[in-house]
Amino acid sequence: MNFDFSEEQQMVRDSIARFVQDDYDWDTRKAIVGSERGMSRDNWQLFAELGWLSIPFAEVHGGFGGNIVDLSVVMEELGKGLVVEPYFPTVVLFGGLIKRAGSEAQQAEWLPRIIGGEVLGAFAYVERQSRFALNDCQTTATRSGDGLVLNGEKVVVFNGEQADNLVVMARTSGGQSDHEGLSLFIVDASAAGVEKMSYPMMDGQRVANITLKDVAVSAECLLGEEGGALAVVDAMTDEAIIALAAEAVGIMSVLNAKTLEYTKTREQFGVAIGSYQALQHRLVDTMMAYEQSKSLLFRALCEYKQDPAMAAETIHALKVLIDRNGKHVFGEAIQMHGGMGMTDELDIGHYAKRLMMINTTFGDATYHRNRYIETAYAA
Amino acid sequence: MDTAYSPEDLAFRDEVRGFFEEAYTPELRARMRSNHKEGFEEWQRKLYEKGWVAPNWPAEFGGTGWTATQKYIYETERSLAGIPNVIPFGLVMVANVIMAYGTDEQKEYFLPRILKSEDWWCQGYSEPGSGSDLASLKTKAERDGDDFIINGAKIWTTYAQYADWIFCLVRTDNSGKKQEGITFILIDMKTEGIKVNPIISIDNHHSLNEVEFNNVRVPAKNVVGEIGKGWTVAKALLAHERTGIAGVADVKRAVRVIKEVAAKEENGGQRLMDDPGFQQRLADIEVELMALEFTELRTLATQAAGGFPGPESSLLKIKGTELQQATQEMLMEIAAYYQGVLPVDLDPDALGHEFATDARLSYMYGRAATIYGGSNEVQKNIIAKYVLGLE
Repeated sequence: MNFDFSEEQQMVRDSIARFVQDDYDWDTRKAIVGSERGMSRDNWQLFAELGWLSIPFAEVHGGFGGNIVDLSVVMEELGKGLVVEPYFPTVVLFGGLIKRAGSEAQQAEWLPRIIGGEVLGAFAYVERQSRFALNDCQTTATRSGDGLVLNGEKVVVFNGEQADNLVVMARTSGGQSDHEGLSLFIVDASAAGVEKMSYPMMDGQRVANITLKDVAVSAECLLGEEGGALAVVDAMTDEAIIALAAEAVGIMSVLNAKTLEYTKTREQFGVAIGSYQALQHRLVDTMMAYEQSKSLLFRALCEYKQDPAMAAETIHALKVLIDRNGKHVFGEAIQMHGGMGMTDELDIGHYAKRLMMINTTFGDATYHRNRYIETAYAA
Repeated sequence: MDTAYSPEDLAFRDEVRGFFEEAYTPELRARMRSNHKEGFEEWQRKLYEKGWVAPNWPAEFGGTGWTATQKYIYETERSLAGIPNVIPFGLVMVANVIMAYGTDEQKEYFLPRILKSEDWWCQGYSEPGSGSDLASLKTKAERDGDDFIINGAKIWTTYAQYADWIFCLVRTDNSGKKQEGITFILIDMKTEGIKVNPIISIDNHHSLNEVEFNNVRVPAKNVVGEIGKGWTVAKALLAHERTGIAGVADVKRAVRVIKEVAAKEENGGQRLMDDPGFQQRLADIEVELMALEFTELRTLATQAAGGFPGPESSLLKIKGTELQQATQEMLMEIAAYYQGVLPVDLDPDALGHEFATDARLSYMYGRAATIYGGSNEVQKNIIAKYVLGLE
């Protein structure tokens, strides 16, 4: 039994931490968020050169061949810096689906381009009515000659504004909520019939609603087995939830550290506010919330590494705990920063807003507690 | 980052499981419930003969020399089998102090006797006027030649009525800061001048006592560590105590019991276990528990690398006792009206319910868990000061 990180993992951690410290200070990030693209292509190239984009991909495609622990190290450090460049949508979601479902040819075509920073990707899965139910899908793919035609609408597509290519989930058969009959397609974001309506999110992300109107795709664009997408998406989602939890743990550590530091220096009534027991006990509570979240993340990592199926219950529990503890940690961070915690100028609120988006992505605490109950308490 | 069991670990798990099945018989279990002292001594001797009574001792003193993973497996299997922990006062608490601070003579005399459960130990820390503010203790030890003469009182002394020995914090000096001048000393309970007064607790049982000392003569060679340095010794012991108090494995067992009994309990024709509100509360407990199990493993791994548990044991204590109480509360609710049944000689069939008395006992006595070993509020003070650096 050990909870140590390998030397390689430590090196990746240090390299991202150095980037955040030297090249991603608060003003720089603010400027990037406010820029036309909402991200920096230069940074993206740097991520490629430093090998971060290659972490979860096999060596045969030029990847690092990393496991879930390697990926979580990257996500935790990107979280600490609130890095807005679309690592999660491109590498974890778009790349995660291609590495799982792609044919040899598709992997050889796409993975080296993701790793090289040449392509930005997105996964279009949420629909107006679907909320967190991945199987609830009205977008259709119907046969037309040698290819297929996609029709429908996807909403809140992460990185939808900047993505060059999308993986779109569409129904090739079955009713709206059937678990069978879903298929994935790799779609060029500039193809005829693809319309984007972009908008910013509170955590600095650029997303889009994407309308597909008679979008013609060739049969080669089918990613994985026709009708069998849900299993692939579920498997990718498990990895994505662990990655998000790692990002959240990184954010919580920053919020706790900043808040602790603030209570030691901020004086009221002639003493540091951190000298009051009412605040001290609450700071202990947020520390415990962080440590417990980290422990459950470690549990998920260890189990997933052994066998992803072994981590199924833990992943639901993790999403519940990250949501609950994340809200607790950022709530206290804002409260203890007082009026300053309310400002847009201070970074505290921005960390809070990213945690809120993490909480809702792929299902919130209520959703995952119900999934946990279904899995663990089946009569 | 790896917690996978090796083939050796799996073989060890089977060995532990097999031993518990064979050695922890229903008859022994009944004896441990009806007659605490003899029952526990019998069980602890069985463990001693197997060589497993002291998983946390170093091998040189008769411990198991197990890895952190083996200790975890052992704890998990013990809890799965429904076996209570060993009585901690000797095997966990004073033994660790004697190993770290004791003289060779103390080690040679006491440690083998503790291993064999030849002495029953109790803990003399709290006093009628000193609870959370432990360092304010007043029990006085005055030097008289080779001896100390002790006067004062200790309180909340669990199982003092059974005890052969008590380890005590006494005041040998009043001149400096209150933490200075405290001495850790071992006292034979048969010494003249010791009186044990029972305290009946909220569970209607007698486990707690007040222990009075009237001119009790104790040889100075019974001091552990230096005279006047007892506070250092006391804190080290409390860290050991707290790690055990978390009781993660036992909370896991409690959750299993909750699921079993809630599946049998019906409310208007619906199983309680199928009630969404009930399910959600249990799920909330399990989520925290799954995390705490790994918090404990992280602590075990740290200890395996470096010795004494640190302030993180306070975190385990707080979360562990909160979860204990949460499970106890659910068991009381499951028992509904029967949660109030006082100990009677009726068998469950005549009474109409199985586990209600257990639920009440553990719920009522369980209130103590957030108080003893340093109240949870004191634990937060400790974390605030030593981990967060808040003054």
